[in-house]
Amino acid sequence: MSKQRAAVIGVGQTKYASTRGDVSMAGLVREAAYRALEMAGKGWSDIDAVVIGKAPDFFEGIMMPEIYLAEALGCVGKPILRVHTAGSVGGSTAVVATSLVQAGIHGTVLTLGFEKQSESNAMWALSLPSPFTTSINAGAGGYFSPIIRRYMEYSGAPELIGCMVALKDRQHALNNPYAHVRDKELTFDKVVESPMLWDPIRYSETCPSSDGACAMVLSDEAGAEAHDGPVAWIHGTAMRSEANNYGGRNVVSPKASEDCAADVFAQAGITNPRAEIDAVEMYVPFSWYEPMWLESLGFAEKGEGWRMVESGATNIDGGDLPVNCSGGVLSSNPIGASGMIRFAEAALQVMGEAGDHQVEGAKKAFGHAYGGGAQYYAMWVVADSKP
Amino acid sequence: MRDVAVVASMQRQEPSIDNESEVEYMVPLMHGVKESIGITQADVGFTCSGSSDFIAGQAFSFVMTVDGTNPVPPISESHVEMDGAWALYEAWVKMQMGEIDIALVYGYSKSSGGSLRDVLATQMDPYYVAPLWPDAFAIEALAARQLIESGRVSLEQLAEIASRSRDHAASNPHAIRTAQKSVADIMAEAPIMDPLRPSDIPASADGGCVLILAAGDRAKDLCDRPAWIRGIDHRTDAHTLGVRDLTRSMSAKIAGQKAGVGNDKVDFAELYAPFTTSEFLLTDALGLGEDTVINPSGGTLGAHTMMASGLIRIAEAAQRITNGDGDRAVATAGSGPNLQQNLVCVLEGE
Amino acid sequence: MSGYQQDPKIKPTALSGEVTMPAAIGAVEQVQSVRTPIAIDYIATPGASLSAYLRGMKQKKILGDKCPVSGQVFVPPRGVSPVSGQRTTEMVEVSDQGYVESFNVTRLPIKSRPDLNPPYVSAWVVPDGANVGSISLVAGIAPEDVRIGLRVRAVWKPDDELEESAANILHWEPTGEPDFVLDDLRIIGKPGGQQ
Repeated sequence: MSKQRAAVIGVGQTKYASTRGDVSMAGLVREAAYRALEMAGKGWSDIDAVVIGKAPDFFEGIMMPEIYLAEALGCVGKPILRVHTAGSVGGSTAVVATSLVQAGIHGTVLTLGFEKQSESNAMWALSLPSPFTTSINAGAGGYFSPIIRRYMEYSGAPELIGCMVALKDRQHALNNPYAHVRDKELTFDKVVESPMLWDPIRYSETCPSSDGACAMVLSDEAGAEAHDGPVAWIHGTAMRSEANNYGGRNVVSPKASEDCAADVFAQAGITNPRAEIDAVEMYVPFSWYEPMWLESLGFAEKGEGWRMVESGATNIDGGDLPVNCSGGVLSSNPIGASGMIRFAEAALQVMGEAGDHQVEGAKKAFGHAYGGGAQYYAMWVVADSKP
Repeated sequence: MRDVAVVASMQRQEPSIDNESEVEYMVPLMHGVKESIGITQADVGFTCSGSSDFIAGQAFSFVMTVDGTNPVPPISESHVEMDGAWALYEAWVKMQMGEIDIALVYGYSKSSGGSLRDVLATQMDPYYVAPLWPDAFAIEALAARQLIESGRVSLEQLAEIASRSRDHAASNPHAIRTAQKSVADIMAEAPIMDPLRPSDIPASADGGCVLILAAGDRAKDLCDRPAWIRGIDHRTDAHTLGVRDLTRSMSAKIAGQKAGVGNDKVDFAELYAPFTTSEFLLTDALGLGEDTVINPSGGTLGAHTMMASGLIRIAEAAQRITNGDGDRAVATAGSGPNLQQNLVCVLEGE
Repeated sequence: MSGYQQDPKIKPTALSGEVTMPAAIGAVEQVQSVRTPIAIDYIATPGASLSAYLRGMKQKKILGDKCPVSGQVFVPPRGVSPVSGQRTTEMVEVSDQGYVESFNVTRLPIKSRPDLNPPYVSAWVVPDGANVGSISLVAGIAPEDVRIGLRVRAVWKPDDELEESAANILHWEPTGEPDFVLDDLRIIGKPGGQQ
């Protein structure tokens, strides 16, 4: 048996916000699922299986919440699979869902990522005290800032490149009504003047905490052909993991990131990513990760990613490689869904359904997620035509 | 369906593993199982694991354990917040596409660090049920009461299940509840959560299991008698108490049908049945009869390692096929209150 | 066809209906949230390697795990080498001096350490004799003077206050030695084995 074709035929998102107090967890996931189903022209009975992802259960204080969500996700009597691969989980979940279609197991699969961080205290969830180590690490920014410092010194990038990325993604978010952070008043000076949290990372260069869910309906080839609406064909998917601390590890461009990109581009027949990809949705929770990933993924030469940022190449307005037209993780961050949003936004671009943040004529798009100590990766390439 | 088989496995289960961390006790199993068939991580095309942060008491707990897989250079890898049996399912799906020939799968937990009865109560509906703090045994006892009242099973029959499981566990080096006990003695036990008696409940253990899947000719190279996966499916029931019929397992029934359990004679079955009542529900739903030996390992009444027990059922069934003890076996995995989710796997020797 | 994703304020059709309540409770204010505190106690076990490390700390010794294949030394030890995928079997003492691999200046307080007054320097310190670093507090120097490669030494608690705890090292301070020069700023730790 060989790999079957698979496609996205529906995408649904919730409005992202720091607190979605108007809905329960079940209400939140159903809101995204219904939007995806309606776009796909499907009902619950058309769905063969559900693949759901989210970050640590401690975020909501519920062990394996998909067990309680079985009815809300319409999967009584059906298979439900729960993925958890740290921050990359939203992307990994979409990859696992894709494999169910590609392997010929199911014809129509609903995949969904969510996080309702307001239901619990995320800072508490992430810093359950260990009696064996001393904690001086203030959240993810505390972990990633030393890596960013290494990149800054290695590349010799101007100090304010991160601020440029932060402003660009927030300006992109103004064109995305689903985005959490939409600040029309934000200026470059305000970003630069925002307080340093983990020097060299400023407040405005940091992602928010959001409630939200993102869903996609995936279909086999026959279903996608019969579908009366836009379709994003999946041209490649890949996942890679590596250890986060060993002597000789490249933390600026981890090998797992490079291997994963090489794999997914090879599957999609892409030899020159910068020329062949029309829109990129990459996981950038701290602004400096945009130039770092541009290099690691092969969109820029090593040490030169910041030049793309500086030249405006990644801006939807005039850039040749628009990155995070949705506003990215810097503008919306329901952790368990953040990776899936990248994958879904890439799909929307090639479906021509990205609304005010549509890249004109986008034919191939790239979705990316990472997690853990920059050690878990999930990626996909989607296009407007069959592979 | 592409031919995929279980070719090797290793497990460890103990009442409590106090002097080693999860990764410390899993590494010898991960390394050992690869060594036992002469492969290294470089031969493994996909790695997948199952574990739970709530049992570990730590967010991202699986990140610590991935180091044991030897992920330098990077590996193609995934993780489910489910029993390792679902990690096996994910790997099996991946192998169906024909690009990967060998997968490594593991599941583990050290539940002795927290009260499992309390931890599992956090699986309940967070708005209506969990705030009442029903412990996991209480939820199970509710279902047991319904089942007994329905007249479909008696306390004596449940005691027979418990007694037979102890007999089988006595010859399993990995089992931890191995003291044999007669039906009469079990009938005389004082209930701990009426109607459940000490012998009706799982024998909680710390531990884990690592298993290797291989496809086609590669499986034949690595194992004299691979245990071929001839069917595998998983389903969920409703969660809301009162919506489900707790005296029947619809999810196991559908999964069993999809996996083809009834297509031929079943020599033995390794059932994920934490409670004696769960075994009754499963044999009923899968239509297993007198000619099928149930839980030759002693099952989860002999040793129950959360997040690994389902995978261990598949490993136990596969090992018996490989040993030539039978030709066709069924293994199941379960999750959630009252076995809300069930996975059924059919294994054959030819 | 287009416009599926335009307005998040428009509910999906399936969710756009109104929920009608019985007249008797129609006027009752809707519950917006409920608070259900959860508390579960866990007994954490450090494992074999970390236990040995903590016992070493009481004697002002920093112990690491040595990979039986690559010779890499990991501190703090976890009992496994990701480089070989094998259980480590040998523990070695490393120096209480080392260098700053990289760092940040943290300017926000953290709940678990009320004793830390921002700004403070959170650094990855690689002890001499180890291949990797771990997150450590660097003090005794102005935050703006800290740099990659800075040589530092551990400042221990007074002998009569030593416990089996990583907190025995209060912080790391500059030694005054010339900086350690990194070959490649992208790489952390030392790739080779230790003699």
